[in-house]
Amino acid sequence: MTVLAVTEHRRGKLRTPSFEIITAGRDLADALDAELHLAVIGGDVNGFADRLNRDGVDAIHTVAEGEEFNHDVYTQAITAMAEAHDPDALLMPNTVNGLDYAPAVAGALDLPLVTDAVDFDAEGTLEVTREQYGGKVETTVDVEADAFALTIRPAEWPVAEGTGDAEIAPFDVTIDESAVRSSVEGFEEVGSGDVDITEADVLVSVGRGIEEEENLPLVEGLADALGATLSSSRPIVDNGWLAKNRQVGQSGKVVTPDVYIAVGISGAVQHVAGMKGSDTIIAINTDPNAPIMDIADYAIVDDLFDVVPELIKQFGGQAPS
Amino acid sequence: MEPMSTKILVTVKEVAEVDDEFEISGLDVDDRYLEYDLNEWDDYAVEEAVQLSEASDDVEVVTVTLGPERSEETIRMALAKGADRAVRVWDDALANAGLLDATTKADLLAAVVEAEEPDLVLTGVQAADDSFGATGVALAERVGFEWAAVVNDLDYDADANVSSVRRELEGGVEELTDVEGPAVLTIQTGINEPRYASLRGIRQAQRKPLDVHTLDDLGLDASVADSPVTLTSMYEPESESDAVVWEGSPDETADELATFLREQGVVEG
Ligand SMILES: Cc1cc2nc3c(=O)[nH]c(=O)nc-3n(C[C@H](O)[C@H](O)[C@H](O)COP(=O)(O)OP(=O)(O)OC[C@H]3O[C@@H](n4cnc5c(N)ncnc54)[C@H](O)[C@@H]3O)c2cc1C
Ligand SMILES: Nc1ncnc2c1ncn2[C@@H]1O[C@H](COP(=O)(O)O)[C@@H](O)[C@H]1O
Repeated sequence: MTVLAVTEHRRGKLRTPSFEIITAGRDLADALDAELHLAVIGGDVNGFADRLNRDGVDAIHTVAEGEEFNHDVYTQAITAMAEAHDPDALLMPNTVNGLDYAPAVAGALDLPLVTDAVDFDAEGTLEVTREQYGGKVETTVDVEADAFALTIRPAEWPVAEGTGDAEIAPFDVTIDESAVRSSVEGFEEVGSGDVDITEADVLVSVGRGIEEEENLPLVEGLADALGATLSSSRPIVDNGWLAKNRQVGQSGKVVTPDVYIAVGISGAVQHVAGMKGSDTIIAINTDPNAPIMDIADYAIVDDLFDVVPELIKQFGGQAPS
Repeated sequence: MEPMSTKILVTVKEVAEVDDEFEISGLDVDDRYLEYDLNEWDDYAVEEAVQLSEASDDVEVVTVTLGPERSEETIRMALAKGADRAVRVWDDALANAGLLDATTKADLLAAVVEAEEPDLVLTGVQAADDSFGATGVALAERVGFEWAAVVNDLDYDADANVSSVRRELEGGVEELTDVEGPAVLTIQTGINEPRYASLRGIRQAQRKPLDVHTLDDLGLDASVADSPVTLTSMYEPESESDAVVWEGSPDETADELATFLREQGVVEG
């Protein structure tokens, strides 16, 4: 029995989900009484393989093809590897790149696919725990199949430690270049502009609960009264109400202030990825079940339009009318 | 020379949103606590397609939805925003199937792609309710199209049928990628500014074609709904919260928070 887990790197560095997937993969392999194999595709495969050789890894298959991720190459390489090693489980990270090949690989191999697992139980029928409705509920999905594909949510499993004694070997695959119909032309970083929210000690962060652009001065007023920096969740930036450099989260900035005040933010996983390391998290939200409450240290379950003006008053400011 | 005509297919899901307070009955949130709306990501996908059709002649925008009759309100909304016509697929076999996983949805949408033969398919990155984040790429694989996931910028060359896209990676990094058509692109929020439907648009939408297909119409067998992936339970997660909840009127809770911030030395005075 084999569990095959796919690792991820970008611009010369292994990404953290690569080490988390070892932990998840080892759990799964133990449940299935299987070996854990890793796939390393592209870039400095030998250097990567050495670093990925942690406790619990049985074998590492490398494919030295290209410097950066290309989904056509990944799809072909993983499909070929799966055909050669016949894994019972294929684990892939639920990252932006993971979602760019995992459904294609599962399709090519005709494997059932469950994405964004936060937990699983593989003693007997595979039972996968997922979230639904923006994290308000959890679900269990059963997978009745001899083999399956699963993508796992980042930051749910700890990174694997220790040194392993995996067998590291190149996997021989010929990439069909005519089937590579996408090409990565480069990368660009979103500029940081006038403010750097990662430097702030106190962040007042505004979300969709603010409803209208006209209401933003209210939260700006709070930030001013506190001498804090203003940041936001994604929809505020998507709407063009604040610049991209204010966005906290997976595709924005990772912040670790002393105090993070989330005003009208639900706490979606991609938002939490950017602020869960804050020392103290305070949530102001009308919904007592909002996922942000799970990570908040303090909370006010009330309407921000009632609470924020009072707060501004407390600090000697005046709420915009 | 005649301009080449381009057909863009946009997958549009009607998603359920849950009220603050709710109850679960059986395998879903009780319908009393659900409100239905056009999936946020699909709203951006529709807008992207409509903008392409406004920018050049001879672009047809067709939406496709897997959903019950109720979803026609949402479909009309997409038509009101400028899509030309809509396809809705539904069947007793789907209604009875329970969870439609991404692979099943891809199989169903593939039949529509094969019938419509679009040059470009736009989907959302994810559905806001069950959030598989996988249907678009699964569909591409199924129909042999090229693809790109999590696209937040699109420059489409209709003559060459090449999409130059930006894929939004983690941490503020964007990948610039060229994708040969026909392709499926999964569209990320923020790629454009979705319009509101105008009154005129809403009126026009009533007259636009909305074709309903059963599995049989698409040449599919009811077994397409059989999946090894089944939903077996839904529950409210055990709260991991150990938050101190300040209670009281807004001036009382504001006072608690202000006192806390002063004690922490976050603010002076
Ligand atoms: C690939 C990908 C990357 C993403 N990257 C990011 C990212 O970097 N950052 C990010 O933030 N999101 C990101 N998202 C989006 C994320 O999934 C959520 O859609 C987003 O975080 C929701 O923002 P929100 O909490 O402001 O809005 P909502 O989820 O709509 O929440 C609004 C909250 O306000 C509360 N509220 C409403 N009215 C009031 C009121 N009067 N008073 C008090 N509270 C009120 C509601 O109860 C609710 O909890 C990403 C998504 C994807 C798929
Ligand atoms: N029932 C559906 N009908 C039409 N399109 C859908 C449906 N479900 C998913 N999609 C499309 O696939 C995208 C990703 O959905 P998902 O993989 O379920 O998160 C959505 O944004 C839609 O564009």
